[in-house]
Amino acid sequence: MRTAYVLLEDGTRFDGDAVGAEGHAVGEVVFTTGMSGYQESMTDPSFAGQLITFTYPHIGNYGVSQAAMESDRVWARAAIMREATNREDAPDAEAGWCDWLTDCGIVAISGVDTRALVTHIRDAGAMRGGVFPGDMAEDTARELIAAEPPMAGSDFVREVTPQTMSVHGEANVGGPRIVAIDTGIKLSIVRNFVERGAVLELHPATTPASKLLSRDADAYFLANGPGDPSTLDYVVDTLRELIGQKPTFGICLGHQLMCRAVGLETFKLPFGHRGANHPVKDLQTGKIEITSQNHGFAVVGPGGQHTLDTDEPLRWNTNVGEAQLSHLNLYDRTVEGLTLLDVPGGTVQYHPEAGPGPHDSLYLFDRFLEQISAAA
Amino acid sequence: MILGSGPIVIGQAAEFDYSGVQACKVLREEGYEVVLVNSNPATIMTDPEFADATYVEPLIPEVVAKVIEKERPDALLPTLGGQTALNLAKALQEDGTLEKFDVELIGANYDAINRAEDRDLFRTCMEEAGLKMPKSTIAHTIEEAQSALPDLGLPIIIRPAFTLGGRGGGIARTEEEFQRMVQTGLDASPITQILLDESVLGWGEFELEVMRDHHDNVVIVCSIENIDPMGVHTGDSVTVAPQQTLTDALYQKLRDQAIAVIRAVGVETGGSNVQFAVDPVSEEIRVIEMNPRVSRSSALASKATGFPIAKIAARLAVGYALEEIDNDITQATPASFEPTIDYVVVKWPRFAFEKFEGADVSLSTHMKSVGEAMAIGRTFKQAFAKAMRSRELDTDAKLDGTLDELMTRLERGTSDRFDVLFEAFRQGASVEDVHARSSIDRWYLHELRELALDPEAPFAGSRQYKSVDTCAAEFAARTPYFYSGWERGEARHEVERGDRPSVVILGGGPNRIGQGIEFDYCCVHAAMTVRAADRDAVMINCNPETVSTDYDTSDRLYFEPLTLEDVLGVIEVEQPEGVIVQFGGQTPLRLAKGLEDAGVTILGTSVDAIDLAEDRGRFGDLLDRLGLKAPPYATAGNTPEAIAASEKVGFPLLVRPSYVLGGRAMEIVYDTANLEDYLRRTAKPGGDDTREIFLDRFLENAIEVDVDALCDGREVWVGGIMQHVEEAGIHSGDSACVLPPHSLGPEMLEEIRTQTTAIARELGVIGLINIQYAVHDGTLYVIEANPRASRTVPFVSKAIGVPLAKMASRLMLGEKLADLQLPADPMGGDHVAVKEAVLPFDRFHGSDAILGPEMRSTGEVMGVARDFPTAFAKAQAAAGSKLPQEGTVFLTVTDTDKSAAFAIGQQLHDLGFKIVATAGTAQAIRGMGVPVHEVLQKVGDGSPNVVDWIERGDVSLVINTPTGSGARSDGWEIRRAAVAHGVPCITTLSGGVAAARAIAAARAGDAEVLSLQELHPQRLGVA
Repeated sequence: MRTAYVLLEDGTRFDGDAVGAEGHAVGEVVFTTGMSGYQESMTDPSFAGQLITFTYPHIGNYGVSQAAMESDRVWARAAIMREATNREDAPDAEAGWCDWLTDCGIVAISGVDTRALVTHIRDAGAMRGGVFPGDMAEDTARELIAAEPPMAGSDFVREVTPQTMSVHGEANVGGPRIVAIDTGIKLSIVRNFVERGAVLELHPATTPASKLLSRDADAYFLANGPGDPSTLDYVVDTLRELIGQKPTFGICLGHQLMCRAVGLETFKLPFGHRGANHPVKDLQTGKIEITSQNHGFAVVGPGGQHTLDTDEPLRWNTNVGEAQLSHLNLYDRTVEGLTLLDVPGGTVQYHPEAGPGPHDSLYLFDRFLEQISAAA
Repeated sequence: MILGSGPIVIGQAAEFDYSGVQACKVLREEGYEVVLVNSNPATIMTDPEFADATYVEPLIPEVVAKVIEKERPDALLPTLGGQTALNLAKALQEDGTLEKFDVELIGANYDAINRAEDRDLFRTCMEEAGLKMPKSTIAHTIEEAQSALPDLGLPIIIRPAFTLGGRGGGIARTEEEFQRMVQTGLDASPITQILLDESVLGWGEFELEVMRDHHDNVVIVCSIENIDPMGVHTGDSVTVAPQQTLTDALYQKLRDQAIAVIRAVGVETGGSNVQFAVDPVSEEIRVIEMNPRVSRSSALASKATGFPIAKIAARLAVGYALEEIDNDITQATPASFEPTIDYVVVKWPRFAFEKFEGADVSLSTHMKSVGEAMAIGRTFKQAFAKAMRSRELDTDAKLDGTLDELMTRLERGTSDRFDVLFEAFRQGASVEDVHARSSIDRWYLHELRELALDPEAPFAGSRQYKSVDTCAAEFAARTPYFYSGWERGEARHEVERGDRPSVVILGGGPNRIGQGIEFDYCCVHAAMTVRAADRDAVMINCNPETVSTDYDTSDRLYFEPLTLEDVLGVIEVEQPEGVIVQFGGQTPLRLAKGLEDAGVTILGTSVDAIDLAEDRGRFGDLLDRLGLKAPPYATAGNTPEAIAASEKVGFPLLVRPSYVLGGRAMEIVYDTANLEDYLRRTAKPGGDDTREIFLDRFLENAIEVDVDALCDGREVWVGGIMQHVEEAGIHSGDSACVLPPHSLGPEMLEEIRTQTTAIARELGVIGLINIQYAVHDGTLYVIEANPRASRTVPFVSKAIGVPLAKMASRLMLGEKLADLQLPADPMGGDHVAVKEAVLPFDRFHGSDAILGPEMRSTGEVMGVARDFPTAFAKAQAAAGSKLPQEGTVFLTVTDTDKSAAFAIGQQLHDLGFKIVATAGTAQAIRGMGVPVHEVLQKVGDGSPNVVDWIERGDVSLVINTPTGSGARSDGWEIRRAAVAHGVPCITTLSGGVAAARAIAAARAGDAEVLSLQELHPQRLGVA
């Protein structure tokens, strides 16, 4: 067994065994608390530039399969695990987890006291770090970490966005045409739109507004994606021209970008939300949904506050009129979604498409499509 | 009003004490007055301090109706007392009681209960919700069942409606089995209805614990996967939380369906358990069943995640929403979330087949385990190995035989399946082979194979105590609930010890026959006392059902196996002032010596005193010194020695192996042939005859007496003297007993007090002592002394209104008896309390339903009244064998009992019963002028014989004193038939006398219901 270790930028070290590709990986070390859905997480473009620590100890139990891909490749830089398993004989497995990571060239470490690592990140905040082969000197590793730019200020969208436009759901003839800026969209989102009869166009993040406006869209969609939203002014500028033209909906990074486009601020959370169990309250219905979450930044509240001490639907003044808080995180009371009151549009910070995670929020796709047909 | 679940029986155990206690606590916190009804005195919930009015009364509709009439509660919460409480609530709704007294049913409404419990309605409900169930049909008769068989095919699952833990159900693999099980199932169902299910044998079995509030918010608290696939009752399966083998996509489908089920059934608030079968290959899902209430699985889920389901269910029932309730553990987040965990939980069932000779040991949909142990580890292997060692088996699995034979054994679920599986892997079996035989998911098999081949590997590194925090460390945990995990590197414990001195209390481990909830009751009292004494109470236990493993009970809970190594690990971190070992039954006592050797302070009675009481020779010397009498006895080391000793001691003899729990392998033998037979049957395999055997002269027809007393090393206080209803020779745990004694004179009671004082003082007891005596021809004999909490401590505490375990804890912490201000005459109240045992014979087909020196009861009930016969009648009713008011009594007794049988016959005849007897007994009774109908004795002699009468339902009471315990004897057939048809069956003459008096008392008038608070108004301060 090859040994390996995790080193954080503050010098904290955890030892384990290498179970993926040879070599090392550096980036932001984050953790996800979901107990299943490891393959979905690794292939989610929002994890670009990050090393995922899985809090659930057993990872790989049911192998990997094409059905669980959230994009066409692995985006996370490494997997940090307590007990990785390589199983090819699971009923749904098309390959073993560790074999697959190796084939994808992804560094992975098992045998790590992930709970101690997570507790450290929780208390000290998300930070840079890496997974290194056991025989690499710590000094070398430290230099590699130092050379990695911090997550705040990093644009990873350029890495994950496609080079060319693509269209999904072309069979849905006559369905609403949704034009999306692909900042790293998950296939689950694509699937949810297509299943509901929509035609979805995915455009590179650098596509100019004029081109998007010329696509004869019924609605615009802003996808999830990686990195710091404050580095994406080129997308924000495009958005400013789209918002108000047609119903617009944003998920995760898309939510943050839309908020920035209408003049709101974003900030970096201490260690982010990643998992499948956060309660979010829909302030319109009072209902609580258990949500899939994956974000390291959030939107600042109307009074400049990071957390909200009321369940009231607070309002912001934006440069397109008023916006109202629509969804609230009941864990840390951060903004989870808002509705634009004067132009058709809304956003959520979390992942209604699940993949992985619960299906409680799928209704948001229905709401969006209803809004589109109402606007048509 | 909260209803408890009554006595501990298979399928309904301490988990409902845990849930009931949580409910009582939170409802009183919310300012509600709580009226509690539960017949089980061994529960914490029936402690008078947990409710405003506590009724230890039978859980039957007419009695609960009386309590309702007296207390006039505003609402009835029936979802925390298991199937018993739910069935009661249903009956009270149907008979109009709830409407008459304007009582609102909360937690689950009548229609929802019906939709979940009635197989027909549930199926319709699921179909309407678009969910699939196994193909199925309902039958009310054998003919209906027969006509459905061709469509459903064999094997087929038979489930009776409205029974606990699937009692009376099973899997039929042949036509013959089918015929038999259909009949048993129809008989077991209170509404004569069975469900015939398409077999999904071999599919994966999953459970989801769901909670819903009145805003229709639904969360899944926990997923549980059964390692044993479909076909083995979940209570008998080794289970794992969270689920390990489903993809996220498939798991989310189950989650969606579980939510759809709770909505469709219409459970408005509270917790439910939904069971699924999943075909791992086709990904087909079938809903199997749902329980619209807290359950064994919800207790497990609560302990597994730190999410207190019962507590939250109680709050939801009175109108809270999930988001309005704090998560106790983080104290920063609301209860409207789904726990995520970063460890693995394994639950192991604990079986007791060794107690039921002849019983069918294969596992099916009919639950047979008597308890469970849970373990938490950082990995599955850690958790599985810890759970295995938590079982505390008395006997090792038999693993002889070839690999082929072992593999064949894996095809059927049995209690030793995983021991066999380990052996098969050690002998080279492959994962594929084992999968083909057992259908167990390969992921588990890979893990188990690695564990079998290298059991030490998962425990490399250092032991580290980590928290159970509901959130995988995303938030800081405030509630100190810990488990040990093994990790690389130096230990990083998450325990924040604080400055206060701590006292460690060792729990009793998994419930088993002989060591049940009574000991948990004592441990909880110890924790309460330690906390009240300005120390941190530290609990170590591994039983997920119990109140002791509620993180609210102690200052720090360590969910750990009760082995010396595991306990010493905790002690290293805790550095406690001392350890309390005398409350958890034999489990902690076994550890006492090792702990002392490791330099740990044992609080209370010394280890040497424990040994002095347990060692026959040393204890005999002590009695000699004090001039006290004991029956002659001897100790032998092998068969020839035992035969020789038997001549010296004299027959009849009580024989048993040394250090036993609940009279394991204990028997009465009347002659040398009997003794030789016993020695042969109990010999170790392989011809090794060396073992320690105790032989005691058995005092025939003696009255047995149990005493619980407190001692501070010098002074002694006798709390309770109990007279057994059955004669000596019946295990004290299985015998009914009465407090105060109903037929011992004041002089004998004084003699008992004197001897108890002498023994306790001589042993140097600090804390509790239990002494068993026999009164034979007016002389008092000491049978045994146990310097620890006994099974009867909770019963005595409730009967006299003094919490003995708490008082004992205070003594152990250094107070003196004089400090405790105990009443001078604790038994001086104007009431009588009767304890009755509850036996699981209906679960073990093939085993004889007879009482003897080997304990077989799983639980107990208490009846309280102003006089003995009424209290006895209440106890019988609470134990589930309500004495008849009229009808036919079948009487057959041994020759030595014949003269006394007349008195019973006379009394029952005078009460208007028809007496039926076999020839000998009939002759004896008829001779004295009582009319008797004689039936053919021999079951094989043709019809009509006794069994025909019973099976026809023509007998309402059986009094049968056995002539020996030969399997398949006439007596055996009679008792089997009575058990199968729910006819009360009394197997001792004195029990028969008591029953006759109780029937007379019940005839004389309606028994009033009495709350403990009424019985002991002056003593509540002490509690």
